[in-house]
Amino acid sequence: MPETHAQPVPFRGGGFRPVAIRGAGLAVFASLLILTEWGTRSGWISALTLPRPSDVVKTFGELWSTGMLFKHLVPSLTRLVVGASIGVTLGVSTGILIGLFSYVRSGLVPLVAALFPIPKIALLPLFVIWFGIDEGSKYALIAFGTFTPTVVATYGAVDNVDRTLIRMGQSFGMGWFAIVRKIVLPGAMPGILSGLRISLAIGIILLVAAEMLGAEYGIGAYILEAGALYDLERLFAGVVILSALGILVSTVIGAIEKRLLNWRT
Amino acid sequence: MDLRVEGLSHAYDGMAVLDGIDLDIATGRILCLVGPSGCGKSTLLRIIGGLERPVSGQVMQLGTPPEGCLNPLTYVFQDFALLPWRSVAGNVRLGLEAHGLPEARMAEIVSDVLARTNLSDFAEALPKQLSGGMKQRVAIARALAVNPAVMLLDEPLSALDAQTRELLMEDLVSLWTRAPFTAVYVTHNLAEAVRLGHSIAVLSRRPGRIREIVHIDKPLADRIHMDAELESTQEHLWNLMREEARAADAELLNA
Ligand SMILES: Nc1ncnc2c1ncn2[C@@H]1O[C@H](COP(=O)(O)OP(=O)(O)O)[C@@H](O)[C@H]1O
Ligand SMILES: [Mg+2]
Repeated sequence: MPETHAQPVPFRGGGFRPVAIRGAGLAVFASLLILTEWGTRSGWISALTLPRPSDVVKTFGELWSTGMLFKHLVPSLTRLVVGASIGVTLGVSTGILIGLFSYVRSGLVPLVAALFPIPKIALLPLFVIWFGIDEGSKYALIAFGTFTPTVVATYGAVDNVDRTLIRMGQSFGMGWFAIVRKIVLPGAMPGILSGLRISLAIGIILLVAAEMLGAEYGIGAYILEAGALYDLERLFAGVVILSALGILVSTVIGAIEKRLLNWRT
Repeated sequence: MDLRVEGLSHAYDGMAVLDGIDLDIATGRILCLVGPSGCGKSTLLRIIGGLERPVSGQVMQLGTPPEGCLNPLTYVFQDFALLPWRSVAGNVRLGLEAHGLPEARMAEIVSDVLARTNLSDFAEALPKQLSGGMKQRVAIARALAVNPAVMLLDEPLSALDAQTRELLMEDLVSLWTRAPFTAVYVTHNLAEAVRLGHSIAVLSRRPGRIREIVHIDKPLADRIHMDAELESTQEHLWNLMREEARAADAELLNA
């Protein structure tokens, strides 16, 4: 063969595979904070546009030292835990029933589709009439808000459970409950847990809404009061607490996934 | 316990899939079902195992399952059907759990059956850590654990590569030689059929009818790779199937 021009084959693969880079998220947070701090100090961000991060930290410190932090945090967390537990439990059970029974599916899927897009906040007055202005209406709002996304995620997850596994269970003479407990539930767990991330985030959003009416203490009440007074430092301190709550929830679910779903490839 | 399939026909939405199947499944023997793909082999096996109701005809159980048999009709699936969240031992246990056995007895059965299938070292492994051949060994162990009267295997080796298939065939032969079991073995691979079948039922293309039942008297343990007698039986089976397979193939293209 005659000598011809040789060159390496150009590489065309790679990309489309994002990986987690340690500290990148933290770096973004930090640079935003530094930018704001510098902006507010040098004056090109006016005090009415954004609060100074260091002032927010100071407000936060006061919240902590006066003990008000826990006075607000405890009722909020209680509402979130109670409301979300009710909503998620009912949601998972309903989702499994929808996933397994034709009549339940045909009867409830349209209903769930109709309930899902309703802004639950709009129903708060109704809940107040039904469940009273105290804790009842707050639990109900959060429960209702977490219920619909949990149902949708759960029955989708049940639909995705490998039918040959269920057929296998039947072929070994397993009963209905055993199949649900040992095959359907673990098989649907990945979908249920990722649905839980969304449901609980919605729960935190609704927490603020739930505390709009008749709540003396609570993160939501604190934020709304600060907002009404245009007290940006306190508003942001409250918002930071909500964000931290969101990160906490997401971390906890991540840890549960790691434990329960170690079988996934 | 023998099984007898009597005048069995089946259809899906008016499309005939099986037509007038008569078969005898004798204790301690392996019956292979071969036929072109789509001819209704899996359907027939599901009906035999009671996972589906035939349109007409029936499957009769002759006699009672032997003592100690937990699940008379037990499947081995082509895609293994292992629970990915259970270890090897946990998967083998699954079939035992429905029968209210004491914990110690279950552990004993599991370790015995894992030893028989050479899986003892993998008892705590998860399915994702196993190769295809290993997964199917686990599925076979799971089936053996419930001491079935009849094992129903649906293309158990079709998802595996040729070497692994060869190894597993040897495993099945040695398992059968040590403790003969009754099996209906569905395959489209004629080499598997002549290696493992005491009798081989050839199905026509859809709707599946029995074309011929071929008996092979040579003991399983003596059937070596590339045996001349088996080759000629295989040739004969292929001649029966060739036209059916070609026609079935063309049908799929037209559909
Ligand atoms: N549940 C079902 N519903 C409708 N058609 C089916 C169903 N199962 C199988 N079939 C059809 O029945 C025919 C036989 O299928 P199958 O028994 O799986 O064939 P084989 O196992 O021999 O390849 C195929 O044409 C298939 O499409
Ligand atoms: Mg098949």
